[in-house]
Amino acid sequence: MTTTTAQPILTPQMRAEIEAYFPRYPTKQAVTLPALHIINEHLRCVPEGAIPELAKMLELSPAQVYDTLSFYGYFKSKPCGKVRAWVCRSISCSLRGGEEVLEALSEKLGVAPGETSGDGKVTLEFGECLGLCDFAPAMLANDTVYKNLSVEQAGDVAAQLKKQADAK
Amino acid sequence: MAEFEPVLLANIHKPDSHTLSVYRAAGGYAAIKKVLSTMSPVDTVELVKASNLRGRGGAGFPCGLKWSFLPKDAPTVYMCVNADESEPATFNNRILMELDPHQVLEGIMIGCYATRAQTAYIYVRCEYPTAYKRLHQAIQECYGAGLLGQNINGSGFNLDIYLHRGAAAYICGEETGLIESLEGKRAWPRIKPPFPAIEGAFRKPTVVNNIETLANVPHIVNRGADWFKSMGVPSTNPKDPGSYGPKLYCISGHVNTPCCVELPLGVTCRELIERHGGGVWKGRKGKMAIPGGMSMGLLTEKEFDTPLDFAGPGKVGCLGLGTAAVTVMDETVSIVDYLNNACRFFAHESCGQCTPCREGTSWSSRLMTRILSGKGRLKDLEILQSISQSIGIMPGTTICGLADGAAWPLKNALGKFRGELEEYIKKTNPGGYQQEEPAMALVELAHH
Repeated sequence: MTTTTAQPILTPQMRAEIEAYFPRYPTKQAVTLPALHIINEHLRCVPEGAIPELAKMLELSPAQVYDTLSFYGYFKSKPCGKVRAWVCRSISCSLRGGEEVLEALSEKLGVAPGETSGDGKVTLEFGECLGLCDFAPAMLANDTVYKNLSVEQAGDVAAQLKKQADAK
Repeated sequence: MAEFEPVLLANIHKPDSHTLSVYRAAGGYAAIKKVLSTMSPVDTVELVKASNLRGRGGAGFPCGLKWSFLPKDAPTVYMCVNADESEPATFNNRILMELDPHQVLEGIMIGCYATRAQTAYIYVRCEYPTAYKRLHQAIQECYGAGLLGQNINGSGFNLDIYLHRGAAAYICGEETGLIESLEGKRAWPRIKPPFPAIEGAFRKPTVVNNIETLANVPHIVNRGADWFKSMGVPSTNPKDPGSYGPKLYCISGHVNTPCCVELPLGVTCRELIERHGGGVWKGRKGKMAIPGGMSMGLLTEKEFDTPLDFAGPGKVGCLGLGTAAVTVMDETVSIVDYLNNACRFFAHESCGQCTPCREGTSWSSRLMTRILSGKGRLKDLEILQSISQSIGIMPGTTICGLADGAAWPLKNALGKFRGELEEYIKKTNPGGYQQEEPAMALVELAHH
């Protein structure tokens, strides 16, 4: 963890958004997850350098913040693509071809699950049950649900994901 | 039998069903008004107790009884609403939150009044962005209409409801894991006792309820406990709280029309598949089904006539009703693929706190990978069996029930489909299936 920070990572806007959560909880520590989400929304990751700054705001040790952050696989230290796409691999999607869809998308986008396309547009990941079993196989890309996917559609879907990233 | 009239899903097909005006036009918020003006918190608890409403999140604990455990003189009580719906194949709470969020909020309000909670946190999994937005809008509408905040309806009752987003961890659906996560920590479940009713969120008395459980409450207030008990499967002895009321069943997997349907508790798995799921897809036969989310184990085709009430699945060796989410698998599905998927899920989602669960789920997944790749040995089935019998609350080796849920697919697959597992191993590893010496484990083939 870096100790010399020329430029703070948390902007005044991020700080204001985080502070707005303080009155909701009896402890500042409870703002950890909301704050990580706020940072993640602004930066598409939570850089290591943000941890001591956040810890100071929450009156915690950086280790406490890191302990929580590292438990949830959701927060990455390097920026994700503009679109983060989760393809469900749990049972109801898997039974209807979810894992094959993930493989096909992986091929079309030229990235392995967990990686971001070279142009920084799309991060492809597997998801555990997304609760979209009535639309299986399904994918959640940022806030957009892609329903009833098939391997044949993979090329189109990959293009749509890039378009979604461009629109952002 | 007359066609069942949906109660919980009565509004979802209306345009703008998520808005306050549509909810109100259907009689919404009459129940909280009635409670605030004519009932005491104790009356409210007694009413829900009398209805025998049982928790819809998986454990089936009687809701009114849970509420009655909260101290009546505590200065601070919290409600945590469990909207971390993550059990594979379960999406009923998503539908309630997206399409009728006010029904959920009214249930929360009544629950908070009954337990004297003045703050409620709805813990919503981050994979549900639409549910989050709809709840957020609905909460804003309620503050605007004087249904939340200070001195609601001039009753002296104060309530704030806040949304809290999860971060993609299944364990946050366990009630004390949820509380730890809410407090800003890793979601490691707590040893009980103390139960949350005595010491929960921020060390204060806390009630944790599931979304669907709470959505039932306004209807119980409006129509009474007898109405609620007119549906479902009656109690068979004084110790059994019965299976009363409407239930949302999710049907997914190899059926023609995956959907969420509301029915009185006790419908059979076969009726769900045939009448509501449009039958098994592609003209095929059903082979097996998950009765209530992955953790509950497996029904064979012959067991499809099992009634899906709180007691039914247990009678055929499953863990329980769980979330009442049925996943159907057709005759082409290999038991090896099913079990590999189940083991991989639990290995990924074990929180790592208890060694038997962390190691047991992880080794199960590695063993299944080895079997799937054609390097399995009959000995591996013995190891899987031993894992399934030694991890969980029931054998007393773990703090929470995640490991019991991980054990059940193994137990049922080994108990009900052992022949097929042995055959697969012999066929794919003809030269080595009898080996018993320690063998190299294979890491997962798929990305972990």
